Amino acid sequence: MIAVGESAPDFTLRDQDGEEVSLASYRGRKVLLVFYPFDFSPVCSDQLSLYQEVKPEIEAKGVSLAGISVDSPYAHKAFQAKLGIDTTLLSDFEPKGEVARAYGSYLDGPGMANRTLVLIDEDGKVAWTYESPNPGEFPGANVIFDALA
Amino acid sequence: MSDLTSAPVPPLGPDDHVRGEGELLIVYADLACAHCAAAWAEIARRPARVAFRHFPVASKHPRAPALHAAAEAAGRQGRFFAMVDSLYADRGHVDDPHLWGRVEELGLDLTRFEADRRSEEVAVRVRGDFETGIRAGVTTTPALFGPAAMATADPG
Repeated sequence: MIAVGESAPDFTLRDQDGEEVSLASYRGRKVLLVFYPFDFSPVCSDQLSLYQEVKPEIEAKGVSLAGISVDSPYAHKAFQAKLGIDTTLLSDFEPKGEVARAYGSYLDGPGMANRTLVLIDEDGKVAWTYESPNPGEFPGANVIFDALA
Repeated sequence: MSDLTSAPVPPLGPDDHVRGEGELLIVYADLACAHCAAAWAEIARRPARVAFRHFPVASKHPRAPALHAAAEAAGRQGRFFAMVDSLYADRGHVDDPHLWGRVEELGLDLTRFEADRRSEEVAVRVRGDFETGIRAGVTTTPALFGPAAMATADPG
């Protein structure tokens, strides 16, 4: 897992609409990266649905929210529509999991990101991280607000 | 904006919806959630003092906000749990005409119900419960707290 205080590795990934999004584009604003295993899996659905409910409060603290998984932009688009969420979903698809690996979140066995939160500050440094004990659990939104307090 | 940092589950307050006698069981539930409906049937049989707290997850259950507002509006006419029981007992009829049918069955004033369920006061009341759940770390529903929840926890 990447350590607090390190420079967050830059990346350019496609979002659910196929648009390129780079970490540098968030500079000057905090961003919370939500690494998750797979679109449409039950726990990931619960996690992103729950965070959507408090997205205005997260954004009010000057934080952008972005999910990242190894799924394609097309899958992300369908997942977003299924959940009725507008959270940006980034596609760590090819090379598979490259960004998750750079952040120390990738699980080689199942070939997916572990459920991990990484808060990056306005200057591109890692400000806080959370790694779930296992991919079947996700942290409540309170944990995010504790980190932002 | 509300403070959503971690905090314990609030103790019972005067605004809580409570029924039954026995040990306290605080339930954070989503009225459009199938798991909650199944759990509610079992909870209703328990000898417990049950407090219902709203935890609608709209992006997962688009109809949830409307149903929670309906229950709260029924509560303004003294029939909160009657509406909750009704909504969980029949999850297939939740659009507005069906809600009006339930209102009639429960003997509620429809005009008042319609006004109440769309009121800011009701929205704030529902959101207030939701936020206490968020602060307590609720991630899925139903989430049970209190001595009665501990007493029935799976020891294995």
